[in-house]
Amino acid sequence: MLSALTQLLIFQLAGEVIARGLALPVPGPVLGMLFLFFALILRGGPGKDLQTTGSTLLQHLSLLFVPAGTGIMVHLHRVADEWLPLLLSLLISTTATLVVTALVMKACQPKAATTGEAP
Amino acid sequence: MTAELSQIWVYLAASPLLGLTITLLAYQGAFWIYQRSGNNPLANPVLIAVTALVLFLTATGTTYDTYFAGAQFVHFLLGPATVALAIPLYMQFKRVRAMLLPVLAGLLAGSLTAIVSAVLVGRLFGASQSTQLSLAPKSVTTPIAMGIAERIGGIPSLTAVLVIVTGILGALGARYVFDAMKLRDPAIRGFAIGVASHGIGTARAFQINEQTGAFAALAMGLNGALTAMLVPALAHWLAPLTGH
Repeated sequence: MLSALTQLLIFQLAGEVIARGLALPVPGPVLGMLFLFFALILRGGPGKDLQTTGSTLLQHLSLLFVPAGTGIMVHLHRVADEWLPLLLSLLISTTATLVVTALVMKACQPKAATTGEAP
Repeated sequence: MTAELSQIWVYLAASPLLGLTITLLAYQGAFWIYQRSGNNPLANPVLIAVTALVLFLTATGTTYDTYFAGAQFVHFLLGPATVALAIPLYMQFKRVRAMLLPVLAGLLAGSLTAIVSAVLVGRLFGASQSTQLSLAPKSVTTPIAMGIAERIGGIPSLTAVLVIVTGILGALGARYVFDAMKLRDPAIRGFAIGVASHGIGTARAFQINEQTGAFAALAMGLNGALTAMLVPALAHWLAPLTGH
């Protein structure tokens, strides 16, 4: 577990350093995820240790959003003033995003025609 | 007695121990309720935990900054957890490769829809300009969204909250939307959840099954990167719309 956690932090650190060093708009942890992904391809899979630690961390992913979510208390005023546009925007936009993404993926799925229709 | 109690409180309120402990307690209580409800998406653990914490902090007169001094240790783990998403992604690599075209097309369409519709609907119903700009990156994971908001003149901490609410809405509503569309493919369901509602949607997707979760994780990572490039590029075009 300790070695797995260290590996995760090293990949995050590498992502952070490269994102900042090259002034990329992509955040460090996301780059770190890409690096680990390629490392896993090269390595042929995560070891047992990394796999266990990773799934423990991801099992409680929801917990990690609680501190940032609690930040709503700082914005209660603005939320009270603009609750209607905020709520409608989030509701409509989230639903639209779900529908559009799913429809476009379904339309592009190379299933009906099995021979090279996809570029 | 009360003086002693208040002294203990003064000590606790100043140390990170309290913020950290109540975060874990609130989440475990919320998770217990979620399980007791038969994993009903309406009993979303983040929603319950955040509500309980806001009530507690308001009732005790604790500021968010004081609370966050302790809660930051939990918040910090978002980084390594994001990196760890590479593992389920790797496990689904074959399936992802076979679906490269739908993945890329869905990503682009979904990402644009998320940004533009959030800003336009906000504007249509009278949101202020800084609120509209704070809405633009609402579909990507918190650290990315906050960075984007800062860059285009939104309010990062408001964005963080909007991101969380978006995540909860997606986690709650996705099932009903997909059922209404008669959409069953777990890969498409997962990917759409990840594009629309980032990590909280992804966390929910992992509770459904591994494949849905892996595609949600993929979508969340890709959309984070794409939105980080699209929003600043679109800001030019969004600015007149927000009444700049």
